[in-house]
Amino acid sequence: MGLVAATTIELASVTTLLLLLLATPLAWWLARSPRWWKEVVAAIAAVPLVLPPTVIGFYLLVAMGPAGPLTALLRPFGVRSLAFTFAGLVVGSLVYSLPFAVQPLRTAFAAVEQRSLDLAATMGAGPLDRFRSVAVPQARRGFVAAAILVFAHTVGEFGVVLMIGGNIPGRTEVLSTRIYSLVESLQFGPAHAIAAALVAFAFVALLALLLVDRRLGSVA
Amino acid sequence: MRRLILLALFAAAPVHAGETVVAVAANFTEPAKAIAAAFTKATGDTATLSFGSSGAFYTQMTHGAPFEVFLSADADRPAKLEADGLTVPGTRFVYAVGTLVLYSATPGLVDGQGAVLKGGSFAHLAIADPAAAPYGAAAVETLKTLKLYDQNAPKFVTGSSITQAYQFVATGAAELGFVALSQVITVPGGSRWVVPATLHAPIEQAAVELKTGAANPVAAKFLKFLQGAEARAIIKRYGYEVR
Repeated sequence: MGLVAATTIELASVTTLLLLLLATPLAWWLARSPRWWKEVVAAIAAVPLVLPPTVIGFYLLVAMGPAGPLTALLRPFGVRSLAFTFAGLVVGSLVYSLPFAVQPLRTAFAAVEQRSLDLAATMGAGPLDRFRSVAVPQARRGFVAAAILVFAHTVGEFGVVLMIGGNIPGRTEVLSTRIYSLVESLQFGPAHAIAAALVAFAFVALLALLLVDRRLGSVA
Repeated sequence: MRRLILLALFAAAPVHAGETVVAVAANFTEPAKAIAAAFTKATGDTATLSFGSSGAFYTQMTHGAPFEVFLSADADRPAKLEADGLTVPGTRFVYAVGTLVLYSATPGLVDGQGAVLKGGSFAHLAIADPAAAPYGAAAVETLKTLKLYDQNAPKFVTGSSITQAYQFVATGAAELGFVALSQVITVPGGSRWVVPATLHAPIEQAAVELKTGAANPVAAKFLKFLQGAEARAIIKRYGYEVR
């Protein structure tokens, strides 16, 4: 039980960290680029919102198998198969939660004032410096929202993990799939207990999101 | 024009034709469709089939789902429903017995005696969740009978159902796995070992009529048809044994 919870938290933490790193440049480009076709990229990045998770999971399973294209791509690095591994779950979670990081970040970056960026530029700040000292502080609510949404969404993830995980204790078994197995084998008691814990967790996560958002809003 | 359409609708519906709603375990989807078609042809009545997991069906039935007949993937859940007082007494019977197969999409990987399980030349062995799926339990029992369980357990990847275990193997994500003969009987190629029935308890699938169907004669008629020669021939064709 503790092992399953640990895997869940670890998966959610790693996914949140990596996804914020990956989504930040993408969201910045989507928010600030003048090109019209950026919306094509935005639409692609939002597709995981629409597809049923088991469908995403199935195609990830195909892509991550020993003969899959993703595995072929990673073979030079010694990867034999991504399916049924913790790394595979992370990759799946990144895809599945991508819109939950990109959307709030894009909105936050779009609201960054061009004037303050220009001002920083006249004071000799390079692009990276401008981003770090002007954009990030102004968009901090977007970062918090993205982090909490991705973390919570990954904890609640089910269909993708079910398809690519294989329920290996300590490696790929997470709380949501454990609940499902328990219900399937008619062990309703333990299923209720974990579900209750997840509801409590969801409540705390959302409350934290709202409180932090309020705090940052009043400071700004 | 509208009158014509109405006329056509009435003409299409056979006189006195009834309907029964049947919950079918997902692993029995194909034979159930064939049996339902034969049933309609023979009687003029319709069996409307819903496919899903037996576990989910059981939970739904204990909460008032409107199914009249249940073709489960196991024998336990129909027995439980009977104990819960939700079935028509005396209607429960085993309609099919499943056959376990060790299967790989790779030709030549699985030999005719299952010796591949001793060698361990693979990273993942797919099984269905032994706590929830009879084929999973049979797979574990087989490995224990062969005294190969401890050696292979670290390689298990567990599908929530036998369908998922098969997906793991069919996509090549797992090199081999314990699946149902019915899943691979029409699949050419690959390699397989049909596990002898002596290595595990029989994988019985039971059917039962639910109280919701007691007032509907079509429900009982469908169950009777399921026990007849025509239905039994269909069931065998799809890789199951019959009693």
